[in-house]
Amino acid sequence: MWMALSYACWGISVVLALWMLYDWFKIDTTYSEEVLTSSREGELEAVSEKHRV
Amino acid sequence: MAVAAETIITAIHGDRVSLLRVLGPAHVWALGVGIVLVGEFTGWNFSADKGGALAALIVCWVVGLLYTSVAMIDSEVTSTVAAAGGQYAQAKHIVGPLMAFNVALFLVFAYTMLEVSDAILLGDTIVAKAGVEGLTHNSFIAATIVVLAWLNYRGVLMTLNVNFVITAIAYVSIVILFFSVSPWTQGAVLKLNELVTPGNALPYGWIGVIAAFQFGIWYYLGIEGTTQAAEEVRSPARSLPYGTMAGMITLLIAAAMTWYVCASLMPWEYLGITYYPLWDAGKLTGSALLENLLFIATLLAALASANGCINDAARAWFSLGRDRYLPTWFSAVHPKYRTPYRSILFLLPIALAFAFIADLNQAITFSILSGVLQYTFMSINIMMFRKKWPLGTIRRGYTHPFHPLPAIVLFCLCVVTFFAIFLGFGSQLIAMTIFYFLISLWFHFYRYRYVRRGDQFTMPWPKPQGY
Repeated sequence: MWMALSYACWGISVVLALWMLYDWFKIDTTYSEEVLTSSREGELEAVSEKHRV
Repeated sequence: MAVAAETIITAIHGDRVSLLRVLGPAHVWALGVGIVLVGEFTGWNFSADKGGALAALIVCWVVGLLYTSVAMIDSEVTSTVAAAGGQYAQAKHIVGPLMAFNVALFLVFAYTMLEVSDAILLGDTIVAKAGVEGLTHNSFIAATIVVLAWLNYRGVLMTLNVNFVITAIAYVSIVILFFSVSPWTQGAVLKLNELVTPGNALPYGWIGVIAAFQFGIWYYLGIEGTTQAAEEVRSPARSLPYGTMAGMITLLIAAAMTWYVCASLMPWEYLGITYYPLWDAGKLTGSALLENLLFIATLLAALASANGCINDAARAWFSLGRDRYLPTWFSAVHPKYRTPYRSILFLLPIALAFAFIADLNQAITFSILSGVLQYTFMSINIMMFRKKWPLGTIRRGYTHPFHPLPAIVLFCLCVVTFFAIFLGFGSQLIAMTIFYFLISLWFHFYRYRYVRRGDQFTMPWPKPQGY
């Protein structure tokens, strides 16, 4: 049973790793780099908290 | 056209794709306690080898003080600097870019090495349970790291929902073990007065207590990881202090129960060398149910820790990319799952490589060293934060009491811990110090030219006092 579990772990690892690589390729070829890297730090805070100098 | 439409649907904050704000205080608790709780199942007990059972209890309390200071300081600063990267974003705004770069590396090293340790522990635990000749831990290590990376890739909400459930089961197993051994009655199952006597309580004297600090860190290592969720919690100013402090209280209780049960069931000579103190305690009760429960709980605690570590290391790496401290390629957010998917994928083979080639003790030591470097920074950071922005000048979600006492206590305990690490792993300590020094030179003289200096400071704060 344990050896079967060990082989199943290898199988699951390979399948999920391949899926992530496929999804990565799909996303990178579908969206522009500007969109994917458009996240900016602290945007919500800039809206909700204003401090006077 | 279809792509453009999808982009509009998935984007928030105008035309940007950002991390998703979906988490609450329970997720923050699950992230912090999930990373740490594995330390009760293995790690803390090596402090008994360094200084005896009583030394393990003393460091449980004293290191508990260190981490309470960490939790209080972290809660105050993070409730104000609510950004992914946690202590990295704090360092950037309060100390400066070079400190921030180093802190981010401390974070990535601490969490990746802890993830590696967790995966090795999980694999070794299964192999020990199976007792089958020819069965190795490699497949279980690979599955742990890849499945959890996939979970993190698919979204933070499910990742931390899973962490909440498995952390809660592992925690409840400690409580069940504690009440199953009649803790109020010595002699029935527990034999603390026979196992810990005035003659063997501190076999190496007080220097043994100092040496025990190195592994005492494992009682609470990683609770500061809650801050990495800052950009994904719905209400950072409320959720982060609440989740972090609740997590610290939970861990103090778990640490005390764990020491009491284990020290009352095993002699310090064995307790200090076993890799499975709680699982062994379950076996020693003679109950098959408790033995199996603690076996499963050990696996779940390792899984929860590795899961939280992948989450935190990826966000620290992502933040470095977003500020151009590393190539911006790493700052990509998945438009559907809203996760830092490239950072997750980049760190995946690194974790796998270390897990297959590194020794558990080496991985643990690198993780602890990076963690203690980070705590030392935090004690300096809070002093500068209060000096530059005194109370009343900016809004804080939480204000920690007795300042500057927690910062001073934290700094002093970090110095003691560095000395303890030097006693056991002096060469690694020196090697890591040289590594951070060289990488700092690279950042200062080469990489910083690519950073857009005005863009990196995003908090809308007033000018600091004295500037």
